[in-house]
Amino acid sequence: MNFDLRLPIGLMFSLFGAILVVYGFLSDKAQYARSLGYNVNLDWGLFLLGFGALMLVLALKSRKDSLSHVKTAKRTY
Amino acid sequence: MQHPTLSLGTIDYAILVIYFLFVLGIGWILKRKVKGSSDFFMSGRSIPAWVTGLAFLSANLGAQEVIGMAASGAKYGIMTSHFYWVGAIPAMVFLAIFMMPFYYGSKARSVPEYLKLRFDEKTRGFNAISFAVMTVFSSGISLHALARLLELLLGWDYNFCIFVSASIVLVYIFLGGLTSAIYNEVLQFFMIVLGFAPLVYLALKDVGGWDVLKQKLIPVATSQGFAPGTWVNSWQHVGTPSSNPMGVEWFGMVMGLGFVLSFGYWCTDFLVVQRAMVANSMSAARRTPLIAAFPKMLFPILVILPGMIAIAMHQASGGHLLPMGADGSPDYNMTIPVLLARYFPAGLLGLGFTALMASFMSGMAGNVTAFNTVWTYDIYQTLRRSSGKAELPDSHYLAMGRFATVAGIILSIGAAYLARQFNNIMDMLQLVFGFVNAPLFATFLLGMFWKRTTGHGAFWGLLGGTLGAALFHGFALSQGAHPGIKGGWITPEFMFHSEMAQNFWMAIVAWSSCFVLTFIISLATKRNKTDAELTGLVYSLTERPKAEIEAWYKRPLVLGIIVLAATLILNILFW
Repeated sequence: MNFDLRLPIGLMFSLFGAILVVYGFLSDKAQYARSLGYNVNLDWGLFLLGFGALMLVLALKSRKDSLSHVKTAKRTY
Repeated sequence: MQHPTLSLGTIDYAILVIYFLFVLGIGWILKRKVKGSSDFFMSGRSIPAWVTGLAFLSANLGAQEVIGMAASGAKYGIMTSHFYWVGAIPAMVFLAIFMMPFYYGSKARSVPEYLKLRFDEKTRGFNAISFAVMTVFSSGISLHALARLLELLLGWDYNFCIFVSASIVLVYIFLGGLTSAIYNEVLQFFMIVLGFAPLVYLALKDVGGWDVLKQKLIPVATSQGFAPGTWVNSWQHVGTPSSNPMGVEWFGMVMGLGFVLSFGYWCTDFLVVQRAMVANSMSAARRTPLIAAFPKMLFPILVILPGMIAIAMHQASGGHLLPMGADGSPDYNMTIPVLLARYFPAGLLGLGFTALMASFMSGMAGNVTAFNTVWTYDIYQTLRRSSGKAELPDSHYLAMGRFATVAGIILSIGAAYLARQFNNIMDMLQLVFGFVNAPLFATFLLGMFWKRTTGHGAFWGLLGGTLGAALFHGFALSQGAHPGIKGGWITPEFMFHSEMAQNFWMAIVAWSSCFVLTFIISLATKRNKTDAELTGLVYSLTERPKAEIEAWYKRPLVLGIIVLAATLILNILFW
C-alpha cells in the first residue's frame, strides 16, 4: 500500500496558499494594476489554502478511519 | 511586439523550488516501496482509480497540450474543441467499456505484450520497437521545447535548462519508478488547473466577457475571408474545407480525427494505457479513462479559451499583442507566455510559470516510464528468452529498469539537441511515426473482436497500413506546400486545403488498408491461437465482467453514458 497522495497535495497547496496570502498582504499594491485591480495573490492564495486544507482533512480522515477499522477488526477476533 | 519576457522575483523562484522539492520528495519516499520489478514498472497494480484517472489525463497534458491548444484556439477558434469533444472523449469511453477488460484481464504488462498474447512475437516486436523509438524522440522534443521556451522567456542558458530538467525527471523516476511518475502527474494536474484558472478568469474579464469576446472574434474571421461566426461555432462551418481555418470538412474530421487518430492514440498508445493498467482492480482500471474524461471535457476552457481571447485582443489592438513569427503571421505559440506576462503579478506568476514547466517535465516523464517498461519487458526480456538463456532473478530486471531510465534520459537529451540542430529531421521522424501509428487501431479492433484474426494477418496488415500511409503521402499535398517532406514526393495528385486535412485523410487511408489487409490475410492463413489460448483476449471468448455489486456511480457503463451525453450537449451548445 502506497502513501496517501492527498497528503503531499494538501501540504504543497496549503504552503503555496500561505505564501501567496502573506505576500498579498505585504506586497506593493501598485503591481495589481496588471491583474485588473484584484489582489490576486491574496484572493487566490486563500482559495489554495482552502483547497490544501480540504485535501489534508480528507487524507487524515481516511487514515483515522482505516486505523479504527483495524482496531475493531482486532477486537472481533 | 517583441517576444515577451518574464521576470521572476524571489517569491516566484521560491514557489518553483518548493514544487521541485515536493516532486523529488515523492520520489524519495516511494523509493522504499520499490522492492521488485513489478513495483517499479507496474506500481504493484495498487493505485486507486482517482489517481490513475488524473495521471491518465496528465500524461497527455504535456507541452503540446497547453501551449499547442492555446495556439490552435487562436488560429482556429472554437473548432479546436473537436480534438476534445469529437476526438478524445468518445475514444476514452470506448477504451473504458470495451477494451480495458482485455488489457487488464489479460495481465499483460504492456500494450506490446498484449499483442504478443493475442497474436505473435513479430507483431509485438514491430509495435515495441517503433514505440520505444517514438517515446525517446517525443521525450526529447518535450525537453527541447522547454529549454527553448526558458531561453526565450527568461534568458536562461539552453544547456543549463536541459541539464536541470532532465536531472529532476531522472531522479524521481529512478527512485520511485512508475508510481513516482504517476503521483507527480497528479500533482502536475492540480498545478495546471490551479495555476491557469485565474489566468483565464482575468483574461476573460479583461476582454469583457463571453458575449463581447464573440463580437470581437467577428473581425478575426472576416479579415481572413471567413464567415463572421467561424471562430465561435464548432460545427456550422465544416461543410466544405474552404469555409473554415482548419481546411477540413466534416467527414475527414469525424473519421480521420474522431475515429482513426483519436481511437488510435487513446486506446492503443501505451503511454496513456499504462496508467490504467496499473489500477488496483478491474473496476478501477475501467473507471480510469472515465474519471479522466470529466476534466478532459472541460479542458477547452483552460487551454482553448485563452487562445481565443488572445487573438481577439490581438486583432482589436491592430496586431500588437502577439509577437510576429518568421513567416509574418502571429507567433501563436507565444499565446500563453504573453498572457502570463500581461496579467500575473509576482507571486501568482511563480505559480503559473511552475505549472507550465511542470507540464513539460511530466510529458517527458511519461515517455520515459513507458520506454523503460517496453525496453525491459518487451525487448530485453524477449530477446533473452528467445536466445534460450537461463531466466534471471527479478532483481536483475529491476536493475535493468533503472538502467533503462538512465539510458532513456540520455537518449532524450541527444534527441533534444538533434531537434535543436536539425529541425527537418524531427519533421521527418514525426511523419514516419504518423505512418506507423495510423493503422494500429484497426489491428486492435480486429484482434479484440474477431477471434479469426491471425498473427500473420495482424503483422502484415500493420505493415501494409504503414506502407499505405507512406504511399498516400506520396500522392497528397496541401495548398502552398512544396512536394517533398510535406507530401507529394511521388506526384502531387490529391490537393488538400491544409496539412491537417491531409493528415486526417492519410490516417483514414492507413486504417482502411490495414483493416482490409488484416481481414483478407487472416482468412487466408491458419489460426495460430486456439480458443482456449484466446480466452480473456477476445470479446466473444471472454466472460462478461460479472454484474459487479457496486454503487451506480462506479459502474463504467453508467459513467460512460453520462460522459457521452454531456459531450453531446457541449457540441450542441457551441454548434
